[in-house]
Parts: sequence; C-alpha cells; structure tokens
Amino acid sequence: MLMNLFKFKGGVKPPTHKAESVALPIAAAPLSPRLIVPLHQSIGGTPRPVVAVGDNVLKGQLIGEADGWISAAIHAPTSGAVVAIAPYVQPHPSGLDALCVVIEPDGEDRWIERRPFDHAAVSPDEVRRYLQQSGVVGLGGAVFPTHGKLTPARHVAMDEVVINGAECEPFITCDDVLMRERAADILRGCALFRDLLQAKKVLIGIEDNKPEAAAAMRAAVAALGEDFAVVEVPTLYPTGGAKQLIRVLTGKEVPASKRSTELGVQCFNVATAYTAWRAVAHGEPVVSRLVTVAGNVETPRNYDTPIGTPMADLLALAGPLPDTDGIVMGGPMMGFLVPDAKAPVVKASNCLIAHSPRLFPPKAPEMPCIRCTACAQVCPHELQPFELYWFARAHNFGKTQEYALFDCIECGCCAYVCPSRIPLVHYFRFAKSEIWAREREKTAADAARARYEFKQAREERDKAEKAGRLARAAVQSATPAAPSTPLPPRGGGAGGEGEVDRSQAHSSTSPSPRPSPARGEGEHEQPASPQISAEAASPPLLTPAPSSPDPRDCRKSPATPLPPRGGGAGGEGAAASETAAGSSIALATAASRAGVMGNAPFFDEPPPLPNPSPARGEGLQERGSSLLRQPPRGEGVHEQPASPQISAETPVQAGIAPTSDEAAQAAKMSTIQAAMARAAARRAEAAAPPTDEKPT
Amino acid sequence: MNLAPAPFFLQDASVGKVMRQVCLALLPGIAAYVWLIGPAILLQLLIASLAALLAEAVMLRARGKPLGLFLADGSAIVTAWLIALSFPPLAPWWLVATGAVFAIVIAKHLYGGLGQNPFNPAMVAFAACIVAFPALMSQWPHLGLAPGEQFAIILGLAPRLDALTGATPLDALKTGLTLGGDGVDQLLAKREIYGQIAGRGWEWVAAGYLLGGLWLWRRRIIAWQAPLAFIGTLAAIAGILWLHDPVHFANPLFHLFSGSAMLGAFFIVTDPVSGCATPRGRLIFGAGAGLLAYIIRVFGGYPDGIAFAVLLMNLCAPLIDRLCQPSVFGLRDRKKDGA
Repeated sequence: MLMNLFKFKGGVKPPTHKAESVALPIAAAPLSPRLIVPLHQSIGGTPRPVVAVGDNVLKGQLIGEADGWISAAIHAPTSGAVVAIAPYVQPHPSGLDALCVVIEPDGEDRWIERRPFDHAAVSPDEVRRYLQQSGVVGLGGAVFPTHGKLTPARHVAMDEVVINGAECEPFITCDDVLMRERAADILRGCALFRDLLQAKKVLIGIEDNKPEAAAAMRAAVAALGEDFAVVEVPTLYPTGGAKQLIRVLTGKEVPASKRSTELGVQCFNVATAYTAWRAVAHGEPVVSRLVTVAGNVETPRNYDTPIGTPMADLLALAGPLPDTDGIVMGGPMMGFLVPDAKAPVVKASNCLIAHSPRLFPPKAPEMPCIRCTACAQVCPHELQPFELYWFARAHNFGKTQEYALFDCIECGCCAYVCPSRIPLVHYFRFAKSEIWAREREKTAADAARARYEFKQAREERDKAEKAGRLARAAVQSATPAAPSTPLPPRGGGAGGEGEVDRSQAHSSTSPSPRPSPARGEGEHEQPASPQISAEAASPPLLTPAPSSPDPRDCRKSPATPLPPRGGGAGGEGAAASETAAGSSIALATAASRAGVMGNAPFFDEPPPLPNPSPARGEGLQERGSSLLRQPPRGEGVHEQPASPQISAETPVQAGIAPTSDEAAQAAKMSTIQAAMARAAARRAEAAAPPTDEKPT
Repeated sequence: MNLAPAPFFLQDASVGKVMRQVCLALLPGIAAYVWLIGPAILLQLLIASLAALLAEAVMLRARGKPLGLFLADGSAIVTAWLIALSFPPLAPWWLVATGAVFAIVIAKHLYGGLGQNPFNPAMVAFAACIVAFPALMSQWPHLGLAPGEQFAIILGLAPRLDALTGATPLDALKTGLTLGGDGVDQLLAKREIYGQIAGRGWEWVAAGYLLGGLWLWRRRIIAWQAPLAFIGTLAAIAGILWLHDPVHFANPLFHLFSGSAMLGAFFIVTDPVSGCATPRGRLIFGAGAGLLAYIIRVFGGYPDGIAFAVLLMNLCAPLIDRLCQPSVFGLRDRKKDGA
C-alpha cells in the first residue's frame, strides 16, 4: 500500500530485543492457585465490588461494576470462589495496596453463558455501554476505557481510525504475535470501531520490523474484503505513542490540550480491537490478555494470561535465570520495576521483563546538565527537556508549564540519550505531581475561605438579631420581630441558624487545608532514584511541598486541580502507557496515603455553579485543560463516593435549631459542599471545551 | 532493590565521552600547530591541563564534590586546551597557568561548576589575561625558532627577546594599515608573515580546526547553526567592506583563517553551557559573535575580537533563548505567546 507517511521530530532507536519472544506461538498460561483481581484496572472510577466473600463465580462473571462513565467493569478471570476482597499489593511503583477480589479457581474454568451481542441492531450508545460492561479498555498500556473514546466529536467529521500495531517499545511483542495469530478478529474489532465513530478510513500502523504481522494483517484484510490500509511505518521509538502514530499516518498533530477526535482521528491498540470484538461477537468480557515475558529468562514467550495471575507465577513459566533480581512491567523505556513479584497481572500489563544487572546495568551517577540539547533533539514533542529539568529542579512550576510540561508524554527518549545520566522523566513526573498537589491545595484553601466567609456572614447576622432582640426588649413595643438579615446567597447555602456555635468551632479550625499530598509524593519519589547524587536529589525530591500554598504560585499555574491524567484520551500504545498506568495511579495512591482520599469525590462534583475565576488565565484553555480530559474520578481504592450522602443530608432547614451533633455536622457539610461546588464550577469552566467523553 | 526509574537502558553517552570527542576534534589543528608553528604548543597544552586539573581538584574538594567523577568528565581539559590554543604560543608558562586557573576557579566553579557557568571559561581567561598582561598576550613568535628555544622561552630559561617575537598576522595588518602607505595587498604580500590566505602557518592551523569542527558536526556533538552563522556573518561583513574598499579591508577568507576565527566557530561559540540552546537562538548567537568579532578585531584595540565577542553574546544568550523557543508538537502557533 503506497501511502504518504509523515514524520515526527526526534525519537531514538534503542535495541529492540523483539526476536527472542516471537519464536514461539502464544501459549495459554495455566491458572494460578489464586487470582488476585484488582478492581481498579483502568483510568477513571474504581469499580464497585458486586460479589461477596464466599460467592462462587463463573469465568466472565461481573465482579466489579463500572463507577461512572469513565470506568470499566471487572470480571472474574475464571470460575471459582471469592475468598477475599481486600487490599493487595499492586503492579505499581508505589508498592501501595489496592482493593482486589481474590478468587480461588475451581479448576473447571467454566464460562458464564456467553451470548453474542447484536451490535448492528442497537443504538451506538448501547454498544458503548456494552463495551463498558465488558471491561474493554485500551490494552496498549494506557487502559483508558475504550467506550469513552468511541464518540465522535460533535462538530468534526471523523476521518481516520488509527489502529496501533506499531509496538515500538523494546522487548514487547504481544501485539506482534496477536496480529500474526488473530488478525481476523482484530480487523472485525476495527470495523466495529469504525462504525461507531463513523470514520472514513481505517489505517493500521505497524513498525517495519514486524513484516510477519503486517503480512498476516494484509492477508486478513483481503480475506474480509475491507478497505483498511495496513501501513508499515519506520521503526523509531516512540512511533507506538498514539500521538506519534497519528502524526505518522495522518500528518495531524494532537496537542495535549485537545482530544484527537477534535482533529477527526482516533487511535486504538490492536489488542483493544481484538477484545472489543471478542466481547461483541462471543460475549467474552476481558478476563485475560497477552503478556510478553522476556528479558533475563530462558524462553521468552507470549502468554495468554488470566487477569490476576501473580507475576511471579507467570515469570516462572519462562524460566527466569538465577541472577534475576526484579520484574519490569511494560517496556524498558517506560516501564517500572514492580515492587513485589506477587503483584497480579492487570489489563495494563503488556510485558514482564525479568530484570538483572547484566541486562540493565546500573546507571552511572547523575551529572550536572551541560545543556548539550541531546534531549531536545530526540523529544518527539519538540519540548526543551533541559529547560524543563532546570525549572523543575528550581521548583519553578509556572515556568515548567510555560515550557509545555504537560505535553510531555514521558516516553523517556530524553533520559535515554542524556550524557549526564539525568533521569529527566522522573523530574517531569515530579513537577507534574507537584502542580497537581498545589492545585488540590488551592482548591482546599478556596473551600476553607468560603467556609470562613460564610461563618462571618452568620456572625454578623447573629449580631444583628441580638441587637434587634435587645432593641425590642428595650422598646417593649408590640411590633413584629425584626426580620433576620438574609444570608448571602451561597450556592446550596443551607446553614442552619441554630448550629452557629458548633460550626463556628469547626470553622475556626478549618482554614488550613488538608495535609499536602505532595509530601506523600515526595516520599515515594525518593527511594525510586537511589543513584541521583545527593545534591541533585535533595531539592526536588525530598523537600515537602509548602504546607500553606503560596497564592501567587497558585495563580501562576494554570493547571487544573485534578487527579493525575493518563496518557491522554487517545493514549494507547507504549508511549502513553506509563503516563497512564504509572503516574496516574501513582499519584492517586500517593494522594490516598497522604490522606486526601476523602477529598477525591471533591473533584467529582458535577459543575453546578458557573463561577468564573479571574485567577485563571487563558493558558488554562490551552494547556491546563488537557488535565481535565481525564474524568476526575477518585482513583482511590478505599474511597466511597462521599458526596451523595452529604448532599442527601444537605437540606437542613434554615431556622430550625438542630440539637443533635449530626444536624450540626450536616449543616457544616452543606456549607463546605457549597464551597466545593464553587471550586468545581470554576474547574468546570476550564473543562468546558473538551467534551468528548461524557461527564460522569 | 534497584528502584531506578525508566528508561532501564541508556544510550552509551556520557559527559566524558562528549568532552573526549571535543579534544579529539582539536587534534588536526594541534597537529598543524606543531608542524608549522612549533612543538611549544605541546608544552603549553600540558601546562594548561595540569593547572586546570589542579584547580578543578581543589575547587571540587572545597565544594564537597566527588573528585573522581568530576575530574574524569574532561571538561577542565577542554577548557585548558582552548586556553592553550588561543594564547600566544610562547607565552610564559605562568601566564597560561594563570589563565587556566582563572578559568576554572573564577569562571567555572564560582558560578557553580560544570554546566552552570554563564560565560565561556576559556574566553574569560583570555579576556582577563589580555587586559592584565597586554604585552605578553600580544607577542607571537616568528616562525622557525628551534624547539629548544621555544621551550626555554616558555619556561623563562631564555630571555624574551623582542626580536624573536612579533605581532599576530592580524595585528600586523592592522598596524600596517594604521601606519598608512601600503594597502592590504602590499601588506599581505609580506611572505615572512603571510601565507596564501592568512598568517603563514596559522592558516593551516585554522584549516585543522575547520576539519575537526566538521567532524564534530558529523558526530552530532555540535549543531550547525552557531558555526555557520558565525562564519557566514564574519565572511559577509568582511566581504561587504572588502568589496567596498579593498585597499583598507582584508578579504573574507583572510578573516576566516586568521586569529581564532575557526577555533571560535567550532569550539567556542558552540559551547553548550554558555551559548544558546535553541536552533534559532544559535543562529542569532553565532551571527552576533561573528559581527562583534569583526568589529573588535578590525576597529577595536585588541589583536583579535573572538573572546570579547563571545563573552558579550554569552550575556545575551539566556534572553535570546527565551525569545527563540521552538514551537511544540501540536502547538505550532503558540510561539507568539512569548513562551
């Protein structure tokens, strides 16, 4: 197929190490004695468990229900008994636990009744909902719920669906073997996506180091009689990043602040298309995935692995060599060392690499930046990493955003070439998380200020009433009681009159925001970089964020106060993977450890009150809004949606003097609720433009 | 457990490797220097290197930095070599040593060490020495001194006879023109000073630098923008004035192969730390340095203008970079925000 290809700037060519694991066909991984299925396996809301300990489940049975639109269901990977629903260690650099459903297989691997879904007979919305219920998420590593990417932009016609078979990260071959062995189902999935998006073209991009996969896909295209274009793209890391592949195939550049659908293009991983088709045509939800097991092992190979299989069990199949000292999940460019080999395989686990000092020699010590600009030359987003590094080290986060920090996809090219061995991506994640933390603090401070103002208004009114009563008593007149001063019109303002004293007690202690999540973040980051020389490490990595936010800083930084975003809505493929799988969950979990958990629903509030804030510059629309793309469901694991309960209690009648503590509490909460609503509204203002995904 | 962040493997690159390649690229120039000017330069290189390393070690110790790591990075050697190559070949040993120490201590470590210096250390040393020791910095040898004589002069074992040393070819031309009478062509015809293009012998040293610089560019150690802009601007302004008045202005080739022009083009204006880092910034930086260098060397009071031109442009580099930020993937029209 002759096609005019485009180029993106930068990129690197690391050794691919792919040949080792494609020698053998896909094998089915045996069932482990226990499958640990995390509930939170995608970007967005944490599914709610719908099974209880002791329940018997069938393979494919729903065990976690999607929470909100951007969230995907979780299913039992095999038949057996639920033996625990408890926090377990996660495949995540933080090493933190998250709620998992632990299933002891009965060995029969009995499916639920599998019914094909007649997607042609129902509305597109129902197909999207079905995919959500089937747990279909981006399997390139970003695990963004796929149904959320299947809505075309309102005013832009969809030109292309880009199918990502580039698989640019070294070692990873799961997409390669999938294309070789199961091309037809991938293509049917592509057709499904094309129909849902009403796209004109389907472009399948495969790096030219995978000729077998490309040939298999071409043959399947011909067999199906589709007009899909299978395009071999030059092998260059990170071509497999969604934005890079879109650029190469269509020439379109998707900035961080936009959804790709706004440019009439959307990108899916081949494995995502495959699972979507399995769900639709066979009624099989996503309960397994292909995982490349490679690196320091005897027989690298791809395994069809049930979700929840402990990584150690999977790695054992490939025969790890004796000097293996860790497991890298994902590729060597963007992956991370899993903190515990017992961590389960999740939907984001495209590859496990047995780590050994021989395979990945320890890095030389970090040196000062000499501004050689090698990083800038390889940055696929044409950023100036050395400048970003400089500003991140100096905690000048406003500047980092000016230099488009949030356009960084954390692909690692800069760190790969840096002669000074600076872990640049690490610094960028640090800066991003600091900015998010500060935004959270600012939101909390806004709420506190609102509470304080409300309290003052109440006190004034009280005083006026008291004066009125005294006046009445003095005059001894028969005139009706002086009307009480109305409260200032606060959104949802339902502060009772009688609770003043109690809520005052609360308010007076409240202006300081919650503990800064930044500290927790810092604690994480620190052990992650033991080689950073002492001087280099100390300023950015160890210093806790200031406990009281500097208002100027907040004003300067146009980022929106959201939990970490993933690799972006279009983020499939390797480049996006770590952004999503790594940092986003990292931040969320870090935040949860630091005690912001309770705040998570805070960011969920639908925007009730528009309240334009002068503090936010137009930069927000451009860059900051990218953060908003990810629907801000709390990633927290233990978190229960607190806000509904609160709002249920909200209608406390003004004028009724509550006598119980609960009433006072409720009234106080409602006040806070109002403040939160305003803060949420302000964010929503900024969030307004990208409305690709449905708001929760 | 090793919790190093991704990427888990890195390209084979290091600061030391970069610096070694820069040194390697200087070798053709040095070879021509030894061959045509004399082996004295080898002694100067040695003196400068030792002084720079010693100063580096002392400063690293004082600043509590790991000695081995930073001494091995080779940056002090590069600075030392550039000093030795830009100083007069028969300058007394203590002058070169002073320059090297000054560069390392004042221009580098007092500003924060490797990667932090706003000014090119070698050029700071050159500027400091030419201001402090103008006479010594202007004595250049006549060709044909025996190696033994050269070493003796450097080490102070032989008297510094004015008869043995003269002005640089650039200076000689300027002086000749100031005295009046002869035009450029007559002056350049003096075969004891001038060769085919520029200073006799020196022109080949410059050609050696050109060769090494092109190799560095091929190795992607340096970017093409700054050298090209520097050479282009220097040649352009020299060409314009030469066409306008060939009697009083030397031709562009003379200027390119005289003084430190080639050394500056490929080894000084390309200094990543003190120069510009953006592509357009490098163009401006190189052009500015070329323009200033010409003005200073032709109209100013110093024999060559590279050092001051580079230092002046170093001052402007942060601002230039700020104004020349390249656009970002997907944000092509963002430039106007002044980012």
